Amino acid sequence: MAAQPSVLVLSGGISHERDISLKSGRKVADGLAAHGLTVTLRDPDAGLIAYLHEEKPDVVWPVLHGASGEDGALRGLLDMLGIAYVGSNADAARLAWNKPAAKALVERVGVATPDSITLTRDAFRELGAESVLATVSESLGVALVVKPAQGGSAQGVSWVESTDDLRKAMVHAFTYADSVVIEKRIVGTEVCVPIIDTGDGPRAIPPVEIEPLSGHYDFEARYTAGATRFYTPARLDAAVVATVTDHALLAFSALGLRHLARIDFMVDSEGTPWFLEASTMPGLTETSSTALALDAAGFDVGGVYAALVESAKASPS
Amino acid sequence: MMSPGSGISLDPWFDNYADRAEGLSASEVRALFAVASRPEVVSLAGGMPFVAALPFDKVRSSVDRVLSEAGATALQYGSGQGLPALRERILEIMALEGIRAGVDEVVVTTGSQQGLDLIAKLFINPGDAILAESPSYVGAMGVFRSYQARVEHVAMDEHGMIPEALVERIESLSAASVPMKFLYLIPNFHNPAGVTLSAQRRLEILDIAKAHNILVVEDNPYGLLWFDTPPPQAIRSVDDSGVIYLGSFSKTFAPGLRVGWVVAPHGIREKLVLASEAAILSPSSFSQMVLSDYFEHHDWKAQIDTFRGVYHERRDAMAQALAATLPTVSHTMPEGGFYLWLTLPEGLDSKEMLPRAITELVAYTPGTAFFANGEGHRHLRLAFCYPNPDFITEGVKRLAKVITEEIELVATFGPSTSPVRLGANLDSPPPEVS
Repeated sequence: MAAQPSVLVLSGGISHERDISLKSGRKVADGLAAHGLTVTLRDPDAGLIAYLHEEKPDVVWPVLHGASGEDGALRGLLDMLGIAYVGSNADAARLAWNKPAAKALVERVGVATPDSITLTRDAFRELGAESVLATVSESLGVALVVKPAQGGSAQGVSWVESTDDLRKAMVHAFTYADSVVIEKRIVGTEVCVPIIDTGDGPRAIPPVEIEPLSGHYDFEARYTAGATRFYTPARLDAAVVATVTDHALLAFSALGLRHLARIDFMVDSEGTPWFLEASTMPGLTETSSTALALDAAGFDVGGVYAALVESAKASPS
Repeated sequence: MMSPGSGISLDPWFDNYADRAEGLSASEVRALFAVASRPEVVSLAGGMPFVAALPFDKVRSSVDRVLSEAGATALQYGSGQGLPALRERILEIMALEGIRAGVDEVVVTTGSQQGLDLIAKLFINPGDAILAESPSYVGAMGVFRSYQARVEHVAMDEHGMIPEALVERIESLSAASVPMKFLYLIPNFHNPAGVTLSAQRRLEILDIAKAHNILVVEDNPYGLLWFDTPPPQAIRSVDDSGVIYLGSFSKTFAPGLRVGWVVAPHGIREKLVLASEAAILSPSSFSQMVLSDYFEHHDWKAQIDTFRGVYHERRDAMAQALAATLPTVSHTMPEGGFYLWLTLPEGLDSKEMLPRAITELVAYTPGTAFFANGEGHRHLRLAFCYPNPDFITEGVKRLAKVITEEIELVATFGPSTSPVRLGANLDSPPPEVS
């Protein structure tokens, strides 16, 4: 019997999502350890590269959310070091991390995504906030979602109902990132589709419908147990579920993703799934929809994690 | 989990919680403080005492002596009121601030935070008012809220709570027939405002409280940590019937031992002991015996002098850095303690600004953490207790950059006030954050 691979789980980091990453990393490490893998949990820091040279783990799993974890930088370094890792490669991660870029790529393969505009602080400085926001409102309406162009966990995200909301939402989003996506708000059913690929091709897990009690799947709704009700399978017509699943796989492929991702959609009343964003290292905490979906679909979650590690080891990027 | 037909709740007891649990939820702001523990970040957020200044060899000798000479007692349950030997030491400490009391008047608690909880448990019915400074200690407000009190802030200035404002607030609450259970004060080196209640105001406020039959709760964790001159004597030193006094070893020794105390009038004290026994049976015998031994065998006053020197130097570093990099931002100048209170330029929101600060690798506590009524957006608290002077200087420099960028952002979009979420300690760092 082949020896179980040694795994270095990286979690924490210095992104805004450190807290979530620490929780996700712990869950991943527990799941892998329960399947007999030798797991080391570590915060990426200035000693990491020396550690990698010295300890030579078989596989690294960067369970890092936010910048440096999902922006491809760390994965690029792992490629240079010739170390196998779980998750998409650096280029794909960089694309998915950038929400406007991901939207554009996904749209090209026929997946709808809400109309939007991405604006930098410099654009507002040069052109004036009032006229820019007026133009945006005229074009996209006032029912909008404003989000940092990079980042996850709904940090910096606002749901806008008026021009005054929009102004405040811009300030909120710009405190997280220097460019902001203003997106037309789609009213409907929010679903997420985890996708796993353990070596035999990407496989969509049945979509999970998300119903936050507050009405918005914000940070509190995501990470307060009980603040969101999940439906799996989603309460959608079978044909719509099939479309959502297909589109999730299309998005996964269009973005060149690998191993594990979560694709988020809003499904409108016509049954059209609108792509919102893709996460190359989705949250895997106790309240995260990805782990819930795997569990509900009958998977042994730790077993899936172990299979992802095996897959990474077998075919490094 | 519920059946898939009705959806899955990750907390099947979500609808069963008591009303007082409202607000105990995940917080976007609080999650940001996780980054503060990284070495790249200068954290001016938490209030961790600089325990590295303790003589660990001496602490170890006390631990060894306790275990070798009285290990079986130290590791056993103890008195609900606390060990008499430590209570005697506490009397010596309080005497430094003019308090005369007997050994039986002291109740040892698991940190003064437990003392606060016990007092709140004894006095607060849902809807009762607690009078507190504006701003006030976030940990106290969390306790008061958990007993469903309404915290009524009373304005303060550089000399502490304003007596006239207190009278006004008492009269308005009386007119509305709102029961007022006690007045909560941090007279020395206030957390978060950094100011000290003047001697004259102490007496005035005590008179006002007495006249309106309102109990005073005097929380004094920082009183011995003065820089140049000691603060006025404790309020409890002039009144032993209408004042409950809270003391702590967390700042003058180490918070890891979790030992504080309460001195209260007889009737209240009896109930405090019973309530404490119901909650925790007894405070840690081990911690109490280590403290007692340390105070018996080592020069604890010299140790407090050491802490004063450390914090004084750090306060100076922070004040100098602020003067150099943020000359237009006003702040208080504490004469002791851990904290300095900043007032931001008009239109800025410290809570909204925090993610940018984290990006720039500096952390602070938004002013909103210290108000129960949603105020405080224009303020922030800076703690100078933990980082060394060089880090403080660097942290303030980074903060200056953040504030400059935020001014620019507000100039572009106009002022924006972050949404108010009242409830638990959602805008403050957890206790382990430096």
